[in-house]
Amino acid sequence: MTGTIVKSNERKLTIARSMAEALAQEMRIDPTVFVMGEDIGTLGGIYGNTRGLIEEFGPERVRDTPISETGFIGAAVGAAQDGMRPVVELMFVDFFGVCFDAIYNLMAKNIYFSGGHLKVPMVLMTSTGGGYSDGGQHSQCLYGTFAHLPGMKVVAPSNAYDAKGLMTAALRDDSPVVYMYHKGLQGMGWLGTEPGATVHVPEDSYTVEIGKAKVVREGRDVTIVSLGIGVHHALKAADTLAQQNVSAEVVDLRSLVPLDRDTIRASVAKTGRLIVVDEDYHSFGVSAEVIASVVEHDLSVLKAAPVRVAYPDVPIPYARVMEQFCLPNPAKIVAAWAQMAA
Amino acid sequence: MATRKTPETAAVDGANVSKDDLLKYYREMLLIRRFEEKAGQLYGMGLIGGFCHLYIGQEAVVVGLEAAAKEGDKRVTSYRDHGHMLACGMDPKGVMAELTGREGGYSRGKGGSMHMFSKEKHFYGGHGIVGAQVPIGAGLAFSDKYKGNDNVTFAYFGDGAANQGQVYETYNMAELWSLPVVFVIENNQYAMGTSVKRSTKSTTLFGRGVAFGIPGEQVDGMDVLAVKAAGEKAVAHCRAGNGPYILEMMTYRYRGHSMSDPAKYRTREEVQKIREERDAIEHVRELLISGGHATEDDLKAIDKEIKATVSDAAEFSKESPEPALSELWTDIYA
Repeated sequence: MTGTIVKSNERKLTIARSMAEALAQEMRIDPTVFVMGEDIGTLGGIYGNTRGLIEEFGPERVRDTPISETGFIGAAVGAAQDGMRPVVELMFVDFFGVCFDAIYNLMAKNIYFSGGHLKVPMVLMTSTGGGYSDGGQHSQCLYGTFAHLPGMKVVAPSNAYDAKGLMTAALRDDSPVVYMYHKGLQGMGWLGTEPGATVHVPEDSYTVEIGKAKVVREGRDVTIVSLGIGVHHALKAADTLAQQNVSAEVVDLRSLVPLDRDTIRASVAKTGRLIVVDEDYHSFGVSAEVIASVVEHDLSVLKAAPVRVAYPDVPIPYARVMEQFCLPNPAKIVAAWAQMAA
Repeated sequence: MATRKTPETAAVDGANVSKDDLLKYYREMLLIRRFEEKAGQLYGMGLIGGFCHLYIGQEAVVVGLEAAAKEGDKRVTSYRDHGHMLACGMDPKGVMAELTGREGGYSRGKGGSMHMFSKEKHFYGGHGIVGAQVPIGAGLAFSDKYKGNDNVTFAYFGDGAANQGQVYETYNMAELWSLPVVFVIENNQYAMGTSVKRSTKSTTLFGRGVAFGIPGEQVDGMDVLAVKAAGEKAVAHCRAGNGPYILEMMTYRYRGHSMSDPAKYRTREEVQKIREERDAIEHVRELLISGGHATEDDLKAIDKEIKATVSDAAEFSKESPEPALSELWTDIYA
């Protein structure tokens, strides 16, 4: 997954455990880092990403909050402006509706509004994604919604190696970072999980640079750009396409803001074809932005019109048959290639 | 709410208030008033854009509470923020130049009237969304508690914001975590054009704290000495580790909600009556004169000095260059 050769005796971690490890390592060296959210302490976080923290750091630094998202995210902005490094969890990204004011009007803007006199070093981590029949208020990705608004960095790891490195980078950043992790990659049994997300993770602390995409599979004929769980769909589609003698390159965005347009452009310049896979809604989103990055830059590199494989513009339905019909998957990517090559 | 003390009784009650203190409050309140009058003029001249929210009438609230604060205490407020900035010692030039959107403004022209900050003076904004500064205040207080110092945060909001849900989320967390924050409700009677009577059946706003276990009281916000005394009590409560405290300041704004206010929701007579009977600056002026602490000439000299300060600020705000457009792209991240 990460392009490194994994020895059989090297430890593998889930994204949940690698996030928790990054938090713990940073909390050990930086007393200003503390974590706040609903059930992130005693319960350990419903996605496992804060497990073990309260035992090591205690309830002062690992704070269970009342169900008051606006209140505790706003409070985190205040603490961050005073030199703390809060990490807050919004349990489901869908809940942004109750607290977006604190996020985009305060967290994202106060550095700019202060003319650079204030820093807002905080991390907002939030779960994304569906596929497990949780209905339309617990299954969205909303990548485009967050990435659209200036002032926040936005990252979305696809595997445990990047998850740890991006978390450490986010914790050390003086600007607010929205850390969007996909529920289907966390390694939580009750959700079902993508095995490809659980990879070797070094024990020592390290960072993955925010704003750098990664070519996770090289190819010649088509570029498939995605993020989060979509990267795994893309890799599976690339395997299928390889059997048809089609060589697909897969780009894992890793960060949405800043967006690594150079890596996208370089890949499409090589392959001439572009498929974007995004579990967020089809219109006005990440997929359009990726395509615009290419066509605004140099239309001549394209041998075919780009194709989006994204969530249709409908509220996410509950019924399994309906939801599964809507989600991106490897077969849809292979079909997109067929459409493109026809 | 206590009725306004007559100058005579205040002079007696205020035995612990020195002549120097009284002169200081007079000077500080006058600076705010003259600054705001000048801002109103510059707005009229087209030098200030947007909606400009003036603090005229409410000066005793911030000046009284600053008198109860110590170095290190923090403050955060809403968009009616010029008075708070001047009272905590921020430079009038930097504030006025931000109003005119100039490079010399506190936010280098990127924030405007509603968005200024000073780490040096522990002023954390200036926020444009009604009530949104209240959770920030709790976070600032948490930061101090975590660091183990005895600083207190003043989180100011208006009677309008008192109907925002996030205020009560914050009350709950602040009491739960014993945060050293004074919630200051500046009850100026009107949320834009909606009077308190038309927005709630609560007879007091501080009383809502009872539901969360937070003590509080109503204070004559037009009496700087009453404000200071209440502020000292609240701050002592917070510094002793007893958690938050609520002060409901009964005050009044003389001007409109913003410069675009049609002023149809109250009578001229109502405003005039309060100006005549309860004005905070006149009150201190009377105390100074009747107590023999200052002569008319002394006060005239102060007026002159303040006028010069404000005039310098206005000059600076006109002469400071407009920001370079290249600055658009800086400060998006720290």
